[in-house]
Amino acid sequence: MKSEHTEAVWLTEDTQFSLAQLAELAGIPESEVRELVDYGAVTPVDPESSPWIFNGKCLLTIRTASRLRVSFDLEPHGVALIVSLLERIHDLEAQLGSLRAQFPQRR
Amino acid sequence: MKYKDYYSILGVERGASADDIKKAYRKLAHQYHPDVSKDPQGEEKFKEVAEAYETLKNPEKRAAYDQLGTHRPGEDFQPPPDWGGQFRDSGYSFDEADLADLFASLSGRHRGGPGGGQFRMAGEDYEVTAHISLEDAYRGTEVELNLSVPEPDEKGQLRRVPRTFKVRIPKGAADGQRLRLAGRGGKGLNGGRDGDLYINVALHPHPLFRVSGHDLYLDLPLAPWEAVLGASVEVPTLGGAVRLKVPPNTPAGKHLRLAGRGMPKPGGTSGDLFAIAQVAVPTAASERERDLFRQLAESSTFNPRGFFKSEVKT
Repeated sequence: MKSEHTEAVWLTEDTQFSLAQLAELAGIPESEVRELVDYGAVTPVDPESSPWIFNGKCLLTIRTASRLRVSFDLEPHGVALIVSLLERIHDLEAQLGSLRAQFPQRR
Repeated sequence: MKYKDYYSILGVERGASADDIKKAYRKLAHQYHPDVSKDPQGEEKFKEVAEAYETLKNPEKRAAYDQLGTHRPGEDFQPPPDWGGQFRDSGYSFDEADLADLFASLSGRHRGGPGGGQFRMAGEDYEVTAHISLEDAYRGTEVELNLSVPEPDEKGQLRRVPRTFKVRIPKGAADGQRLRLAGRGGKGLNGGRDGDLYINVALHPHPLFRVSGHDLYLDLPLAPWEAVLGASVEVPTLGGAVRLKVPPNTPAGKHLRLAGRGMPKPGGTSGDLFAIAQVAVPTAASERERDLFRQLAESSTFNPRGFFKSEVKT
């Protein structure tokens, strides 16, 4: 059995990717990433600046979008809608988790 | 080779129409797709469903699958003698082959399979969840992750091989945070880049500390006299016990902040630990204690429900 040792990098808002890197790492054409930006699924760090820069979380979103598009045979607009709703669910779950943490558990 | 019944996985008859197969797949994908499902077994179930659909949606692959005959799921079987000429010609061994890899090779879409061609193909990305304790997340840890991945053998035929990755998880991992290990996925083909390994960090619940981002919350039970008179109490933290000054007249529910005693953050700072005051009462008070409480009750003018009257208009 092969065993490999590797250093890992967090995918956070501090990690940055170019449009080309994002497309390559998610395995989709740049045109699809642009479409997902147009439909609001992901937003570059500064949408007005050129070239676009994306944070690490965008890579996760684009990968999710790519998986959903293939698995459910969806149009980019439908994918963008689902991804946006999923993010809202995740944000609400995080808020709920945070509130639960602040609520005393012992009786 | 182990048989998988793709029709029963999708819950359709062998003679189902392409449309019925698509509908069954979509329904199950909706139920189990890891991006939308809350089912802890969802990912594994979705892999099975996707594998079945990948073969049955393609008329050529479905016909080839049907020619394998009907067997019990998990039963060892050999394809009929006239099946899969291209594999037979190459001396392919069906014994240890996985049905999914066989069909992936059949279409020539998968890198390394017979008929894979000379196209530049990126390696597959792998994704795995690492379950770690809060203590390990606080200190940073090394985990061993075992994956079964398809890799081409010396003849270029896909085989499932076990691979172990030792991964250093830096300190300060938050629940649900993702790590990327560049180039540690499947090998690229004909100059294509190697895939990446993505790790989803999941924290085990801790019996004392609850996590919110990089902040920690801890219930701090106080005796009634500690809450009234104030006290210096020992509080556990992930970095070792510390003393906390509880101010006099501390009500239950008050958050006492221990700055920088939470989880480490990437920039070198740390979140905070909040001790939530709770007033605990002795469940087995001695007669002497009960006597002292009686004296307190007789001499105290404190009415904890005094605000009830002013809030209810009758």
